Order: sequence, then structure tokens, then C-alpha cells
Amino acid sequence: MGPQFFYTIEVILNGLMAGVMYALVALGFVLIFKSSGIFNYAQGVMALFAAQTLVGIQTGLVPFSHLINAVFGTDLHHFGWEIPSVLAILATTLVMIGFAWLVVRLVLKPLAGQEPIILFMATIGLAYFMEGFGDLMWGSDIKKLDVGLPQGGNIGIEESTSFLGGEEFYGFYIDNLDIWAAVIATLLVVALVVFSQYTKVGRALRAVADDHQAALSVGINLETIWVIIWSVAGFVALVAGIMWGAKLGVQFSLSLIALKALPVLMLGGFTSIPGAIVGGLIIGVGEKLFEFSIGPLIGGATENWFAYVLALVFLVFRPQGLFGEKIIERV
Amino acid sequence: MFYREAGDFKTSYVADNQTFPIAFDRYRYYVVLAVAIGVVPFMLNEYFASAVLIPFLIWSIIAIGLNILTGYCGQVSLGTGGFMAVGAYASYKLMTAFPDLNIFFVILASGGVTAGVGLLFGLPSLRIKGFYLAVATLAAQFFLVWLFNRVGWFYNYSASGQINAPERSVFGFNVTGALAAPEAKYLFCLAFVILLGIVARNLTRGKLGRSWMAIRDMDIAAEIIGVDPLKAKLSAFAISSFFVGVGGALFFAVYLGAVEVGEAFGINKSFLALFMIIIGGLGSIFGSFAGAAFIVLMPVLLKNVMVGGLGWPTDIAAHFEFVILGGLIIFFLIVEPHGLAALWRLAKEKLRLWPFPH
Repeated sequence: MGPQFFYTIEVILNGLMAGVMYALVALGFVLIFKSSGIFNYAQGVMALFAAQTLVGIQTGLVPFSHLINAVFGTDLHHFGWEIPSVLAILATTLVMIGFAWLVVRLVLKPLAGQEPIILFMATIGLAYFMEGFGDLMWGSDIKKLDVGLPQGGNIGIEESTSFLGGEEFYGFYIDNLDIWAAVIATLLVVALVVFSQYTKVGRALRAVADDHQAALSVGINLETIWVIIWSVAGFVALVAGIMWGAKLGVQFSLSLIALKALPVLMLGGFTSIPGAIVGGLIIGVGEKLFEFSIGPLIGGATENWFAYVLALVFLVFRPQGLFGEKIIERV
Repeated sequence: MFYREAGDFKTSYVADNQTFPIAFDRYRYYVVLAVAIGVVPFMLNEYFASAVLIPFLIWSIIAIGLNILTGYCGQVSLGTGGFMAVGAYASYKLMTAFPDLNIFFVILASGGVTAGVGLLFGLPSLRIKGFYLAVATLAAQFFLVWLFNRVGWFYNYSASGQINAPERSVFGFNVTGALAAPEAKYLFCLAFVILLGIVARNLTRGKLGRSWMAIRDMDIAAEIIGVDPLKAKLSAFAISSFFVGVGGALFFAVYLGAVEVGEAFGINKSFLALFMIIIGGLGSIFGSFAGAAFIVLMPVLLKNVMVGGLGWPTDIAAHFEFVILGGLIIFFLIVEPHGLAALWRLAKEKLRLWPFPH
């Protein structure tokens, strides 16, 4: 077994890690789609907004400082304090809950009962709105996000595996951040499953997901459930925002991770939490392997579309995704 | 008072089936056409033509195209930007390969090429439905943009990776390239808009259009009453892509002149086109025009107010534009989910009874 073999394994390992990151975003989509049938395009922008807010609170930025400066000619930028990460994360969670409440009140409630495509368009509008709003509030410059997660290659794994491949192989390179992301994503999924299976609110959530009308008729308040779901999705977005923000810096391109999560959803099925995880892993490994083996032959940068084509081909054989509910159509 | 069908008698089936059965509508249509052809070109200035009118005309073609697919046939597509890119690159390849071919036919042929590509990406729609299909069309978007970015043959191996429209003329007037006058560009685009508008209107009220609408309303039921879903869906994809391809070719050749694919035909363009037909009205030709006008005009207006009027820095104005665009879309969806076309219909209903509504 030459070094090539171990490089391939390294690519697969890194693909799995990237897949976890995709799954993290896809989770937020699944939560909202399952409970309200809304395909929430704004999930990626929510992650960006959460990360921006976190950095802003942490470093004591003055909200809307650019706007205030432009209108009143002042020179505001910082409050001049730093807030510990944990408190800042808590504060951001509160902001996301407030945001969830506003979305449900101002957007979803007036649109209740509309066709899915209309709701989908509304979330695209929401995404545009939040993108501009986040930039207005915190400025559009690239920010560094640091909540104390370790970064860089994991030396331990690298050294302990370097004997495998002989002279030319230096051990597996795996980013510490990716390992943390995997751990946190696992915890998050376990927490979500426990929440939805063993709590009263969770049971109500599942009831709503099953049948809106029936849930309403047994006295479940749909609006409250939606606020809870959007808050949870906001929290998931925050976690995704922290992970991706620590990796890439908090900037506009963060909102595009939503586009990375879509093929994951198609593959896994829009309604299945395990589907989001498995789909994420398949897409992560698939695109890294493809880029590694075939990418150099056809010009590289295949990661942008490979996931979509993979999902497309897959869907032709199984239109509801891996774990999606079977689509039954009646006249 | 003026707007009513009373007294408007028809003596033949042809007269009864015309596009504008009410005389007032018909005259209005002729007046609009006459003004667009005969008056507007003499009042154009460079800024107004290039910032408002030409993009409006081109986007209307694209919006009609997407409306055929999404509004009439019910297949949501997020690949519009990719298909526009196909039209643009097809026109570029044709212009450089056949320098003597008239630009008019080049643009039509680019539409034809795009129709073929659209047909190909429409094939999965026979199996995949709803949101799964919407996301699947993103595959077209990303794959096509990547293809034009990476494969040198498409941009004739130019060093910058850009494509530049060579100079071409119609009846001796330049319509592409740096020397083209805004009037010539405007009339050239207008010709396509009128031609394709008439085609679209007649397609959608004919047999083909009715089969699309049957598929949209319920595809299984449509299949049972004898509509062939293969034919209906694929023809919708092909014809819609033809329109979008023509729009993309004009966008590149007449409007922009030089194009870098990722920037000019990115996913934002797909969303813009979708906004247009939603705000304008799904399944309405008039709605496509209204939506295109709205989406093209609004940023120009906002920019003039915020940067020109209030003197804010451009980056803050750009952020505000996003906020307002997003907010307006949500507002429109809440107030009138069927778009400007529905508002127009309502206005006509009111006008019919005006000034004595009881």
C-alpha cells in the first residue's frame, strides 16, 4: 500500500469532516421544512447574521455605526468593551429568538395558507433583507471570529499515523476545528433528538410536522410552535455560523453555505434529520474524492457543481431522497 | 366610463378569439406600440437607455421565458442565470465563427442552442417534482457557469477569460460594440420583445399552453385526461430556455458588451428573474413586463434617492437596497401574492363600473 492509498484515505477523512459542516447547515433547513413545510432559503443568511451578531457583541461594536456616522456625521465605532464568548453566545441566541418571533409575526402569519412557492419566495426576500440588514448593522468588512476553538492541524493524529505509509507519508492531516465541528454536531443532533422525542414541546413539534390541522384541533398553538422551531433553527444557524465563521472568517460568502446544504437536502430528503447527516457525509466525501481524482483532469474547482449533479443523478432513481417520506400522489 | 365591453359586437369567431377582445384594450396596445417605436427613440438619452430601458426590455424577455416554465407549466427553475449564460456564449461563438451572419439570426440561433440545453436539463423533471426539482435546476446553474469558466473553447482561449461582443450592425446601424447608438440598441431589443411577446401570448392561449396549464394544476389528472407530460414538460423547458437564451444573448451582446460569466450570470440573476415573475404575476405575460419594470426600476430609483439625494456612501446605499428589495418582496407577497397582474385585473374591474359602482 503506497502513499497514494493513504492520501485517498486522508481525502475521505477530510471529506467526512466537511460533510459534517454541510450537515450542520442542512439540519436547520430540515427542522423548518418538517414543521411548517417552508423551504427556508434564508438559513444560510441566518448563519451569517448570527455570526456577525456574535462578533459584534463580543468585540463591542456599535450597531448601525456606519449608518449613524453617515447621517449625523459622528464617528462611532466601538463601545470599548469585550464580552466573554459564552455571554456573547447567549446574547446572540436571545437575538435569534427575537428574530424568530419577528419572522413568525411579520412574515409567516400573514402568509399562512399560501402555496409553498410563495412561502419559498418570501424566505428569499427574507434572505435579501437580512443580508442587507446584517451589513448595515455590523458593517460588511471581513471579521475574525474567535470563540476559543482550537485551529490548525491536529499534531497528535498526524504523528501517530505517520508510520503507516513509509517515507513519503507524513500522517493524516485533519483540522482541529473540523474535529470540534464533528463533536459539536453530534452533540447537537443528540440534543435535538432528545428534545423532540422526550419533551412535551418536542411532541407538539412532531404533531405539527405530521398534520397542521390535526395539531390545531387538539389545542396546539401553531404560532408558538413556529416561534420555537425558528428559534431552534436560529440556534443551529448560530452553531453553523460559529464553525464556518471560525474557518473562513465572517463575511458575505458565509451566506452561500446555504447553497452547499441544498444538495445535501436533496440527497437525504427534506424531512429527515438522519438524512441530513448521511447526505452531508456522502456529499462531503463524494466531492472531495471527485476533486482529488478527476478534478485535475478537467480544470479543477469542481466542488461548486459536483454535489448538485450527484444529487440530481441520485434523485432520478429515488425522487424523494434517501430518507424522505415516500411521495404518494392522488388525483 | 371608457373601459367596457358593452357595444363591442363581434361577428366572427376570429374577432371573438383575438388577443384583446375589448376595443379599448386593443387601442391601448396599439398606442403603447406606437409610442415605444415612434416616440421613445427620439427622447432617449444615454443614461436612461442603458440604465433603464434596455435592461427592462431584455429582462422582460427573460421573465416571459421563466414565466412559461414556472408560471404556466408549474416547474420552478433556479437555473435561469445558467441558461442566460448559454445564450450569451452561444451568440459569442456564433458571432466569432460566422462573422457575416446577421446578428438578428445569431441571437435567434443562440436561443435555439439554449433550447437544446434546456431540453437536456428538463429531462429530470419527468421524475423529480416540486422543491426537489427547483434545487435540481441549480445543478444547471452551477455546472454551466463552471463550464464556461473553465473550458477555454467557449471564450476562444482569451487571456482574461472574458468574452467581448464584436461590432455587428443591422441595416447599417451598429447594435453591438462600443460605437452602437442607444437608439439602435433600444430598437433592436424592442423588435425581439414585440416578436417574442406575440409568440408567447399565442403559445400560451393555444393547445400547447393549455396542456402546460393542465400539467401545472395537477399533473396526474392531466395525464389521465390525455395530456402527454413528456411532451408538455419538455416543450415548456425548451421554449422557456429559448426565450431565456435570446435574453441572455442580448444581455451580453447588446447590453453589457463584455462578460465574465461568474459575475454576469451568477445565481443572483436566477433569483432576480424569479422575483420578477412573482412580483409581476405567475402565469401572465403582462405580469412578466410589470415585474421586469419593477425590478429594473427600483434599484435605479433607490440609488438616485440615497446616493444622489441624501448623499450617503454607496456601500450603505447598496445595503439599504438589499433591505428594501427583500422587504418589498415580502410586503408584495403578503398584500398581493398573485402579483402586479392581479392588481391590474382588479383595477380593470373597478374601471368597468366607474364612476357608478352600484
